[in-house]
Amino acid sequence: MKTYIAQRLGVGALTLFGMSIVIFGMLRLAPGDIVDILFATGGYVNPSERAAIEKELGLDRPVTVQYVEWVRQILTGDLGKSYRYDLPAWEIIRPLIPVTLELAALSLIVSVLLGVPLGVISAVRQDTTLDYALRVFSLAGLSMPSFWLGMVIILGLVAWFGWIPPVTYVAPSENLPLHLVQFALPALAVGYRSSALIMRITRSSLLEVMREDYIRTARAKGQSGRVVIWRHALQNAILPVVTVIGIEFAFLIGGLVVTETVFNLPGVARFLVEAILWRDYPIVQNLVMFIAIVVILSNLFVDMLYGFLDPRVRYGH
Amino acid sequence: MATRPLGVEVPGVAMALRRPGPWTTLVRFCRKKPLGAIGGAIMVFMVVTGVFANQLATHDPIATDATQSLARPGPEHWLGSDHLGRDIYSRIVHGARVSLIVGIASTLLGSVLGGLIGLLSGYTGGRTDLITQRVMDILQGLPLLVLALVMSASLGPSIPNVVVAISIPIIPRAARVIRSSVLSIREMQYVEAARAVGLRHLRIAFRHVLPNTVGPFIVLCTAQLGSAILVEAALSFLGLGVPEPYPSWGRMLSVSAAEYAQKAPWLVLFPGLAISLAVFGSNLLGDALRDTLDPRLRGA
Repeated sequence: MKTYIAQRLGVGALTLFGMSIVIFGMLRLAPGDIVDILFATGGYVNPSERAAIEKELGLDRPVTVQYVEWVRQILTGDLGKSYRYDLPAWEIIRPLIPVTLELAALSLIVSVLLGVPLGVISAVRQDTTLDYALRVFSLAGLSMPSFWLGMVIILGLVAWFGWIPPVTYVAPSENLPLHLVQFALPALAVGYRSSALIMRITRSSLLEVMREDYIRTARAKGQSGRVVIWRHALQNAILPVVTVIGIEFAFLIGGLVVTETVFNLPGVARFLVEAILWRDYPIVQNLVMFIAIVVILSNLFVDMLYGFLDPRVRYGH
Repeated sequence: MATRPLGVEVPGVAMALRRPGPWTTLVRFCRKKPLGAIGGAIMVFMVVTGVFANQLATHDPIATDATQSLARPGPEHWLGSDHLGRDIYSRIVHGARVSLIVGIASTLLGSVLGGLIGLLSGYTGGRTDLITQRVMDILQGLPLLVLALVMSASLGPSIPNVVVAISIPIIPRAARVIRSSVLSIREMQYVEAARAVGLRHLRIAFRHVLPNTVGPFIVLCTAQLGSAILVEAALSFLGLGVPEPYPSWGRMLSVSAAEYAQKAPWLVLFPGLAISLAVFGSNLLGDALRDTLDPRLRGA
């Protein structure tokens, strides 16, 4: 197990190294440099002012030096300085992380609570009207932009209950019930979308397992249908589902980018969009790297989970 | 240009089965996969709307009219008008053109590039394959939307740039699908025969292996089309996608719509419905095509 973790961490580190090159390269694809973009709206720019900013951003040095400098910065945990706020990036990002984590966790809970039971029902009632209805329901979730769904939920609340959800962030210490309601809405919008994939995998994986002999044996010895499905079949069908939940996490972060903006929640994802719109490139670069690290760690975590869920999976062989 | 990829899809089914005529095949497909047929019908409807946008629109989609600001849906404006008095119905009809062109072009670009990478990587094997796969891992490690977001921000807003930005995250997904089918085709006897005859590798790869990946390729494209349309909507919504003055479904939902949403819910409802319908159609069709064309996934 230990060697396996070490191996996976090694591969993860290599992937991150590759990603750093991709991210660094992507932000330098644009014709002209960051300073051009920064000044594009300003009209005439004093050449000496320009040179000063290029120097401050380190753009006067060769690209390779810039890259090495950036990696060194990240390795020491320094996320750089926000160009717009004139503050160390970490100080801005730190209070935003709990918001995003809470939203991601809630969305994941919604998607699992919705996806797994619906997948089971769909599999058990295979090819009935209910199965078709549930599949269309999940496909509909996959087809709606979660940010639009969020807007429609808000509109619905206003139209039917005459209640407008809080437009600004409510801290849990301020008003816990309101805070939870405020987070439940985007979690529902994002979770519904993610539940579609979980439901599909649960359905197909369960259908496969239910053809196995030991399911027939369990039935034959007189176990009730419910026990057979929830105890015997689901337990063995859950592994692919866990994989998808892991993949889903990366999707979730993508979905949050827009959802946090729609619901005006001060999270990392909304800040990324703001930084992009403000052309705060040093921050964009570091935030994307930060997201990449989170995604890789969550993938690693899912792999570790296999060992606990399925004793047949042995590491280090 | 917007009609072509969809025109190919249905004959594509015919090509894979070969024997019965295309019409019989189409009827059989509709009977066996009613949901897929509905999806196909939705997509044909969308494409027709995009192609005949000029004829179908009742107003100029970008003409503003202060007197018609936030008009309710009615005989004059079927789906209402926005805060600048632009007709929502006409904008949605023209938006179909923009969103489908961007969606289809980026899907094709990403799938073709990814497919070529997958073909060469899978056919060559060995170290090239290993390195290519690691690079694809890296590209796939970032959330699709985040990657497209950064790309489009760095390239600047224009329609070709948005197409490129959306196609990049599709490349690794396409490469993986095509590679896995190339790996099995590579071991087929007719490929061995071609090698024994002394054909050059490039010729074998492109003439004998590539045509047999058409099935998975079509499945891949329909599956990715939905997410490409969604990413375009999200990018445009954030103001980083299709620029003004082109009406795009995503941008119709952006900040201004959210501001007036309480007073004029039609600003939010209809463009979102258009996006959902298009993606729903391509998802339905993609699922049915996958069941029909990709035997490995049959029954899943």
